[in-house]
Amino acid sequence: MAAELSVSSRDRAAAVGLRASEYAEICRRLGRDPSPAELGMFGVMWSEHCAYKHSKAVLRRLPTGGHGLLRGPGENAGAVSVGGGWAAVFKMESHNHPSAIAPFQGAATGIGGIIRDILAMGARPIALLDSLRFGPPRDPAVAPILRGVVAGIAAYGNSIGVPTVGGELVCAPCYRRNPLVNVACLGLVPEQRIASSRAAGAGNAVVYLGARTGRDGMQGAAFASVELAGDPTDRSAVQMGDPFTGKLLIEATLEALGTGAVVAVQDMGAAGLTCALSESSARGGVGMDVDLQLVPRREEGMTPEEVLLSESQERMLLVVARGREAEVLRVAETWALPAVVIGRVVDAPLLTVRDGDRVVACLDPRHLTEAPEYAPDATPPAYLAAARRVDLASLPEVPAGEALLRLLAAPAIASKRWLYRQYDHMVQTNTVVAPGADAAVLRLRDAAPRGLALAVDGNGRFTYLDPYVGGILAVLEAAQNLACAGASPAAVTDCLNFASPERPEVFWTFRQAVDGIARACEVLDVPVVGGNVSFYNEAGEGIFPTPVVAMLGRLGDVRAHGTPGWARDGDLVVLLGGGLPRLDGSEYVATLHGITAGRLREPDLFAVARLIRCVKDIVATALVASAHDCADGGLAVALAECCLAGGRGADVSLGDVGTGGQRELLFGEAIGRVLVSLRPEAMPALTEVTRRLAVPLVVIGRVRGDRLTIGAGPGEAAEPWLDVPVCDLRAAWDPEEGLRA
Amino acid sequence: MDIGIVVFPGSNCDADTYHAVRDVLGQHARYVWHEETSLRGLDAVILPGGFSYGDYLRAGAIAATSPVVRALRPHVEGGGLVLGICNGFQTLLEAGFLPGAMQPNVRAEFRCEFVHVRTERADTPFTCALAPGDVLRLPIAHAEGRYVADATTRGALAAHRQVVFRYCDARGTVSAASNPNGALDGIAGIASPSGAVLGLMPHPERASEDLLGSADGLRIFASLSRWISSGRRLPAQPAEVH
Repeated sequence: MAAELSVSSRDRAAAVGLRASEYAEICRRLGRDPSPAELGMFGVMWSEHCAYKHSKAVLRRLPTGGHGLLRGPGENAGAVSVGGGWAAVFKMESHNHPSAIAPFQGAATGIGGIIRDILAMGARPIALLDSLRFGPPRDPAVAPILRGVVAGIAAYGNSIGVPTVGGELVCAPCYRRNPLVNVACLGLVPEQRIASSRAAGAGNAVVYLGARTGRDGMQGAAFASVELAGDPTDRSAVQMGDPFTGKLLIEATLEALGTGAVVAVQDMGAAGLTCALSESSARGGVGMDVDLQLVPRREEGMTPEEVLLSESQERMLLVVARGREAEVLRVAETWALPAVVIGRVVDAPLLTVRDGDRVVACLDPRHLTEAPEYAPDATPPAYLAAARRVDLASLPEVPAGEALLRLLAAPAIASKRWLYRQYDHMVQTNTVVAPGADAAVLRLRDAAPRGLALAVDGNGRFTYLDPYVGGILAVLEAAQNLACAGASPAAVTDCLNFASPERPEVFWTFRQAVDGIARACEVLDVPVVGGNVSFYNEAGEGIFPTPVVAMLGRLGDVRAHGTPGWARDGDLVVLLGGGLPRLDGSEYVATLHGITAGRLREPDLFAVARLIRCVKDIVATALVASAHDCADGGLAVALAECCLAGGRGADVSLGDVGTGGQRELLFGEAIGRVLVSLRPEAMPALTEVTRRLAVPLVVIGRVRGDRLTIGAGPGEAAEPWLDVPVCDLRAAWDPEEGLRA
Repeated sequence: MDIGIVVFPGSNCDADTYHAVRDVLGQHARYVWHEETSLRGLDAVILPGGFSYGDYLRAGAIAATSPVVRALRPHVEGGGLVLGICNGFQTLLEAGFLPGAMQPNVRAEFRCEFVHVRTERADTPFTCALAPGDVLRLPIAHAEGRYVADATTRGALAAHRQVVFRYCDARGTVSAASNPNGALDGIAGIASPSGAVLGLMPHPERASEDLLGSADGLRIFASLSRWISSGRRLPAQPAEVH
């Protein structure tokens, strides 16, 4: 087929980033060559970013159904019931490429974009999370990117009035030139008022609402679908954000929906007007007839293609019942936003785009939204065998106290207070547990005493060493974090960040990671309600395959929530769970020895699921005074974090904690281990729960004093492995706060 | 008693303040749209936090020229009270209801965290349920909160006892270490000489329920409510100070 194409067709396809075979497929579907405008529309709609050409088949492996699910993938965002008649709308997206080129605007518009996805479901955005990956923070090439991204998130999120309640920050050399900026947003809407993006009703008005259209962000979706070339002209593909207009758009859209005159709503994100017109028509099985001359513009002389492909920010497309247009236009006027009827819905599935009296595109919208799917070759990467074969036991010993302090100072573990205090994490006054704990906790003011918890997790190191296990661990870690807050898992959204899927070894890791996520979600019985795939994350070298999982949890009574800090001297410190700690792939090996190596084991998923259930139960019934999971840096770091959060020390003995060397016990990592503290008299009640759920339990020490002491046995007979004042822990973990204390 | 909460385009703490006053404190409150020109019937008006008009010129600068802020002058001259929180404080400075100005924080970035403030005056409508020296734990959330004033203004603030709150540590000690933004003399809130107008950088509405980490802020709203229901009146004074 491709061979029959003329050279000029080949060039036309290449100019919009399509393959010759795809051009041929377009001609076949249309029965003719596409017009210039149509070709531009296909270019963005069939880009990897919009069409998921390489990932769609694999993503079908994810479980998308489950208890409480109201909307799954396929809408602008997923929705689950959270009780009291309210639905939580939840989605995560990446903005990696724009943030690499223009860190401030790239990150800011990432926030704006995910907020509009939630808004398009009729929900008020109530919380943001951001999961960030950068190169080493002191690297001169990295520092400005990190600074710009953080400033961009702060500038947009703070102004628009949606709190940034949590996230993660990880640094590794592979993200040096290709940072990852993944942002999730949570919104709330009464279940009965979830909005739809399905256009319907011939004669209904197609209304453009929001900022004027300019030339910014041209073909951003296509740009996100190739490797970063470092070409400075790439910058024109980055959009410019305006949080003030974004705030007005939230209020105007919700108020417009409140009139009852709005039939459908769709944000204009990637691929701009083209995507909004074609997706809302295709989903509704109808067509539209619109005139680009009516689109509000901020630049003169824009061509029809530019208007169709612009990714100018802060714009929504509404379908409004015929005869009720004035109600919606009046709302827009109140909020001083442009709003124009640019066309009408038609019965036939035909999208007609006019530029005045000239038709520039006329096609079935489903041709645009149903791109070809590919099943790329997949082969296990060659590096795996070598990376798994390393003998970690032969690594030189580092004194335990010194190792702990160095781990506490590592970017992934160190205090992020300097970061999250730049974000307004309290606006809307629902934040019960602020950033810095295992999970953020929000109250549901209109469905009291219920609450929601949010956690985001992903470990590129694990996925690099074993993508299947890495996928499993990302899900379990998030669920464990929610359990420590007292929440049970309700929904997952994910960002799957990988290099080029056209390389078989990358595609293999992608498929494995998705399988791992799917497996863990099945065991936990939690649906994946949406998310996105970001391929082509490579600027020179590829990144670690990095699936990031954001999980939403429900709390029946938000007053009974858990936090990591020790509460009282004299409380018992108890380790729950039977995970076997290993140094493979650990933060210890990465931070102290600079290597990413080892062999991961598939955890006992059902044992971890029981632990998660157990921890959630004992936190939600206030049986324990604190709960914190053992993650990066192992048990020693987890104990130190409990000391830091509670401002108290602990005396711990690991003599009864399984087998293994001192290093494995202190710094080895394993999923399925949670530290709790509780009054001694609560022990019988705790052991009853752990026995019922078959969760292993070991009492390992007591909260007391102002030092963290860890040894092999009780008493003063044995020299402790480490004995560090809490103030020294703090100085390593949060140098600024350490100085103040 | 009727308390008005102004909504500017870009306000984002309006609903939070409304919730604290109406749902938590149980007082009657209503929203006041930025284009309203009369504040008749309102005992107190609150300018909430946020980014009015996007703060695109200077924080609060555009809001200061809005119809509702113009209507504040007759409101104050008629004995009405005004509380400006964060962006509202910035707006009151820009509009000349309070002296001095705001500059970017010493560390030129947004800062959101709990701080402590010490009550310097308990004889204003906003602090009458407090005692001098009371330490409140309240959150701040701003990028431009470094209060500055020239020597003359500084002298006038002292002479008229206009400083109502200063940043301090948990024990009430005011020092450089307890000053989150570099504000002159640790100033977190100032009032007009009569006490009818208060500007406050921290957000009392965010600290009105124990579930959210502190209920100290509610004492400010409770003061306002107590003052109004007691029928106390302030001596008449011109609304604008410069």
